[in-house]
Amino acid sequence: MNNRKSFFLAAPFYLVFLCFFLIPLILTVIVSFWDYNEYSIIPDFIFENYAYIFNNCFDYSKDVCVTFKTYLSTFYFCFLSWLFTLLAGFTIAYFLAFHVKSLGLQITLFLICTIPFWTSNVIRMVSWIPLLGRNGLFNSFLLSTGIIDDPQEWFLYSHFSVVLAFIHLYTLFMIVPIFNSMLRIDKSIIEAAYDAGANGFQILINIIIPLCKPGIVIGSIFVITVVMGDFITIGIMGGQQLASIGKIIQVEMSYLQLPAAAANAVILLIITIFIIWIMTKFIDIRKEL
Amino acid sequence: MSKKMSKKITRRNMIKSSVAAVGAVAGSGLITGFPAIHAAGTPTLRYLGTAVNMGNEPEKKLFEDTGIKVKYISKTTDDVVKTILTQPNSFDIVDSEYFSMPKLVPSGSLLGMDTKKIKEWGNVVTAFTEGKVAGKTIGDQGTAPKKVLYLKGAKSKEFSKDPTQYVTLIPTVYNADTLGIRPDLIKRPISTWAELLNPEFKGKASILNIPSIGIMDAAMVVEAMGEYKYPDKGNMTKKEIDLTMKIFTEAKKAGQFRAFWSDFNESVNLMASGEVVIQSMWSPAITAVRSQGIPCVYQPLKEGYRAWAAGFALPSTAKGRQADIAYEYINWFLSGWMGAYLNRQGYYSAVLTTAEKNMKSYEWDYWMKGKPASQDILSPTGKKLASKGEIRDGGSYEDRMGSVACWNATMDENKYMVRKWNEMIAS
Repeated sequence: MNNRKSFFLAAPFYLVFLCFFLIPLILTVIVSFWDYNEYSIIPDFIFENYAYIFNNCFDYSKDVCVTFKTYLSTFYFCFLSWLFTLLAGFTIAYFLAFHVKSLGLQITLFLICTIPFWTSNVIRMVSWIPLLGRNGLFNSFLLSTGIIDDPQEWFLYSHFSVVLAFIHLYTLFMIVPIFNSMLRIDKSIIEAAYDAGANGFQILINIIIPLCKPGIVIGSIFVITVVMGDFITIGIMGGQQLASIGKIIQVEMSYLQLPAAAANAVILLIITIFIIWIMTKFIDIRKEL
Repeated sequence: MSKKMSKKITRRNMIKSSVAAVGAVAGSGLITGFPAIHAAGTPTLRYLGTAVNMGNEPEKKLFEDTGIKVKYISKTTDDVVKTILTQPNSFDIVDSEYFSMPKLVPSGSLLGMDTKKIKEWGNVVTAFTEGKVAGKTIGDQGTAPKKVLYLKGAKSKEFSKDPTQYVTLIPTVYNADTLGIRPDLIKRPISTWAELLNPEFKGKASILNIPSIGIMDAAMVVEAMGEYKYPDKGNMTKKEIDLTMKIFTEAKKAGQFRAFWSDFNESVNLMASGEVVIQSMWSPAITAVRSQGIPCVYQPLKEGYRAWAAGFALPSTAKGRQADIAYEYINWFLSGWMGAYLNRQGYYSAVLTTAEKNMKSYEWDYWMKGKPASQDILSPTGKKLASKGEIRDGGSYEDRMGSVACWNATMDENKYMVRKWNEMIAS
């Protein structure tokens, strides 16, 4: 009886999940096996779309194939953005949770962190361009102080600018879940550790980090899934010269090569799910919530 | 008291007072909230297209002249095509490019346009109908409009080589595109497409990241460098695509390009900020850079221009009153005011005879004849585009359109080309 009741309570969510997630996903998988021409997609069952993605990928005499190269570059962005958003996010959350004593100030500072989100992410990205450009503020400052003799070009339209933008955009996604985990830590545990003679560093390593693991994993999932599928940030900050899977999918979609785009999307999905699966091996999120 | 009242409210009285009330409301203009009543009087068009022909002034002028209200649906070139194919009922009229026709016509999603309903059809420039400018045949590599203009019948899915009554698109606007440069930063004359890959501009060049247009610019560069002479740039073989992409991939790896752009505004920012000094560019983008007070030239090059052209079509579901309104709109569009509006932005109108009547003679001399401006040249919004004495980049209509080398194109190997382009971006 109880079971049935909870089923009905959950039913609306199941329905939404079915209509807006499962069915589209199944359609994407089906279409990825279809054929296509300039203006229509043709029901079929072919592996050509997948075969093309891995074309030349297992021929070791040649260079790394486009698909592997693109994924390697995406992984690289993913790793760096994850690392830096984690370091920044953890530090900020730690400061908010343990060094700011009054609740009012905590909330105020937390809200300040969200201010960048009042504008769209494209505007947040574009605002870097006058700062980092060849004739931008950074370069003019460094030139005027004599630190550099020529304008530095790697500030903008480079790996550096892409990672910088990712950190700027997504650190909040780390702060929120980690901050949440930290607030749940019972202060008396930390006091007990002090009493037992632990120093601040030992408390951080042995108490706070282990207890923040769920927050860290949730934040990491946010950042990694967003970065894996991103093409706008890499496009704008990388000057559209850096590859991303999202950009390939977008170009294919705009030329109505929907089955090819679907095949790419399916592979991207599998890889992203695999990464998340590995992360959940480290921590059982369900149990920790 | 209530008893007395209820007796007085007879059915007749009731109707009388209701009518009076409705009349009062209608009279005082309160009824505007009912679109059903309103729409029956005001013809409305849902107009799908790129932003080129859309603007507040044309919208106002159209309503003044014809009483037609237009609702703009603005999308990128590729998305316009996608919308025609996937949502043919979401618009009443579409403004598309000729190079999309090889994709759209076989799908049957557009209606053949009846030229007999177009008043100015006889005055459409010969660049469309015959591929000639001032009697001289111009370059027709790529999807030149004359190749995809005529249809075999109203509902035909095939192109006709000979003129017929039915056409794919009623031409509206077109232009000849070339490279944009920053003369103040380059400080020497530029005369060939090959300069785009000149190592002198390493890290300061850009090309657009829209494969179907970018490949044409790339082909102009490859040919100008003397690497290869294409039989038809607009319809490359797989080998030719490989060759073109190889040259550009090597240049990209060597750091030739500062960035690629896919949005009009990006090209403006790249140029205005000085990040890029030479790049493929569109005419209104040059205007936008100049109106910031930054020198920018739409450089004519000896190999010629890459041209594009757009026109109006109706969805295949169009009929009755809605179709009549659309034709009325097209006739208005070609009747002169709009042509002048387009010419003043550096584009060309498909019917020049009517546009001329709507322009001052000094404007016509500057934009069309290539003569020095006898007074300051203003944009339709009143911004200064050129000072007295200046000459339009590339000169007269005959000089510019007469030197067209190729047109934006859809190739037979389009699928392969898009893949190769993606590979270059990823390299």
